[in-house]
Amino acid sequence: MTKYIRDFIIEDNIRLNTEYFILNIRSEEALPDMYPGQFVEIKVENTDGVFLRRPISIYGIDREKQTINLLIQKAGKGTTKLAQHKQGDKLNIIFPLGNSFTAPERKGKVLLVGGGVGVAPLPFLAEYLVDKGMEVEFLLGFRNSDLLVDLKNFEKYGKVNLSTDNGTAGEKGTVMDNSVLKEELLPFVKVYTCGPNIMMKAVAAFVEARGIECEASLENTMACGIGACLCCIQETIHGNVRVCIEGPVFNTKELIW
Amino acid sequence: MVNTEVNIGGGLKFKNPVSTASGCFGYGYEYDDFIDVGRLGAIFVKGTTGSKREGNPYPRMAETASGMLNSVGLQNKGVDHFIKEIYPRVKDYNTHIIVNVSGSTVDEYVEVTEKLSDLEKIPAIELNISCPNVREGGMVFGTHCPSAMMVTREVRKAWKRSLIVKLSPNVTSIHEFAKAVEGEGADSISLINTLLGMAIDAKTRRPVLATVTGGLSGPAVKPVALRMVWQAYHAVKIPIIGLGGIMNATDAIEFMLAGATAIQLGTANFIDPTVSVKVIEGIEAYCREHGITDVNELTGGMISD
Ligand SMILES: Cc1cc2nc3c(=O)[nH]c(=O)nc-3n(C[C@H](O)[C@H](O)[C@H](O)COP(=O)(O)OP(=O)(O)OC[C@H]3O[C@@H](n4cnc5c(N)ncnc54)[C@H](O)[C@@H]3O)c2cc1C
Ligand SMILES: Cc1cc2nc3c(=O)[nH]c(=O)nc-3n(C[C@H](O)[C@H](O)[C@H](O)COP(=O)(O)O)c2cc1C
Ligand code: FES
Repeated sequence: MTKYIRDFIIEDNIRLNTEYFILNIRSEEALPDMYPGQFVEIKVENTDGVFLRRPISIYGIDREKQTINLLIQKAGKGTTKLAQHKQGDKLNIIFPLGNSFTAPERKGKVLLVGGGVGVAPLPFLAEYLVDKGMEVEFLLGFRNSDLLVDLKNFEKYGKVNLSTDNGTAGEKGTVMDNSVLKEELLPFVKVYTCGPNIMMKAVAAFVEARGIECEASLENTMACGIGACLCCIQETIHGNVRVCIEGPVFNTKELIW
Repeated sequence: MVNTEVNIGGGLKFKNPVSTASGCFGYGYEYDDFIDVGRLGAIFVKGTTGSKREGNPYPRMAETASGMLNSVGLQNKGVDHFIKEIYPRVKDYNTHIIVNVSGSTVDEYVEVTEKLSDLEKIPAIELNISCPNVREGGMVFGTHCPSAMMVTREVRKAWKRSLIVKLSPNVTSIHEFAKAVEGEGADSISLINTLLGMAIDAKTRRPVLATVTGGLSGPAVKPVALRMVWQAYHAVKIPIIGLGGIMNATDAIEFMLAGATAIQLGTANFIDPTVSVKVIEGIEAYCREHGITDVNELTGGMISD
């Protein structure tokens, strides 16, 4: 798949809460094919201590408007700088990067499990799966009700089950405590997950034990994002592979984690 | 018209002084989407060893002020895989493919070199005696002068084409090493490899890299690299390929003024995958602006009054 380096123009910067914001960025040229799970690498300009690009998942795209949506959490220096950008500012982007989630072999219900900013790739994935005739359900976990994302963007694809650590929204506890995982398991043909490693591991172990296929999108520290530096490795049954090329999406059975 | 051709020694010429550094440009094809890699003077591919290596555990990278630390180690699938799978894919690029030869023992360096000898379209090897990220071998050869001489001597016997020896900056007197490998038959030297460094996460009180220490690269190392190129230039007669923190054409020109005949771009490729072409064009523009008709006039052209 061809990768591009392009300047995008920021159309909108929407603050969702104290930590999360959405950047809507527009390309002057038509967007190439992009698939759910893929990410972009953003150059953060003129920020002390930020030298490398920052990898961010594709949250959504609008082909007609030639825009990409990114859901970003202020995690440190680079993302805090991105949060300050205004409409009309330019961002230099390398995209689309990495592999993508795959649809299950047979039609049925699928569960998309996200934690925190790890929910970012899920709406784009849901759109893709609905298109393929799947029935989509979400299980989303956040720390508390002040740190929710725009749930409407999820609800338009399927039912949203919500968990917060302190119970201020949805059920109390982690996603693993949510009743959707308690039911005589699992009418699902495949489960997808993205979020903190500890959450993804728990989800994968639970799902695999029930003979259901699971794909996870991993986070990793990256330098190049295009397969050249070998900084972003993940240990798998096939040896050390690059998260930016062979990932970020892996069948959890292949991971040694 | 500016003449951009430079002579690297041992019968090797680059059509322009700009090449890409080992470990920072994959095998070239990773950059095909962004640039015509055939425009480069040369591509130095990832360190290649006798057999497959998995490299070091994760995490292997830490961003630093104006640079990065890496502890990738010599992850590669081994020389046989290079010959069978990679060489056929890269041999017809309109540029030189130079293999960075790495190892833990002299025998391993020689084994890799001998196998590469059969590949017609590998005009040169770069002997990596300076990797800070392998426990044995690697940097040990590059920081102990008699060892550097021995491995250069043995590889020289096994390699008839152009031999580039890549020096470690983790030494007190770079000129001694430059002279020593010149004496053993190196056709040119490249410097610098990464500087040994480390990073600690104060929040967790733990090292950031799984290996604790790693190699520093990027603009943070540029003044050190420039100084070493200049010192080496005054110590040897063979050509010097300068690298370390070069981010743009101006940086590249500074390395040439310090004594480099050609340069390599490493970490810069991660931030801008098109940087190498910009540097080629920038050097030419500089020459035109300054009435320089041959890029070789830049080499060692620093004015000290
Ligand atoms: C494939 C991929 C997709 C991603 N998608 C998104 C996304 O859609 N939205 C989003 O908000 N974030 C996403 N991330 C994480 C995002 O890249 C990091 O949060 C960001 O790089 C932090 O940069 P910073 O300069 O703000 O933080 P820094 O100042 O560099 O660091 C602040 C803190 O964040 C930690 N950190 C830095 N980089 C990473 C990383 N890559 N992974 C985990 N922790 C990190 C550091 O250890 C430090 O504790 C993704 C990461 C990857 C690899
Ligand atoms: C991720 C990474 C991997 C590297 N791998 C190698 C290698 O395999 N062999 C080698 O000789 N140098 C290797 N290097 C060193 C570079 O080739 C170069 O000497 C160094 O990074 C300094 O140049 P720069 O500041 O332009 O990056 C590596 C550097 C980085 C950042
Ligand atoms: S980030 Fe460089 S290989 Fe993945």
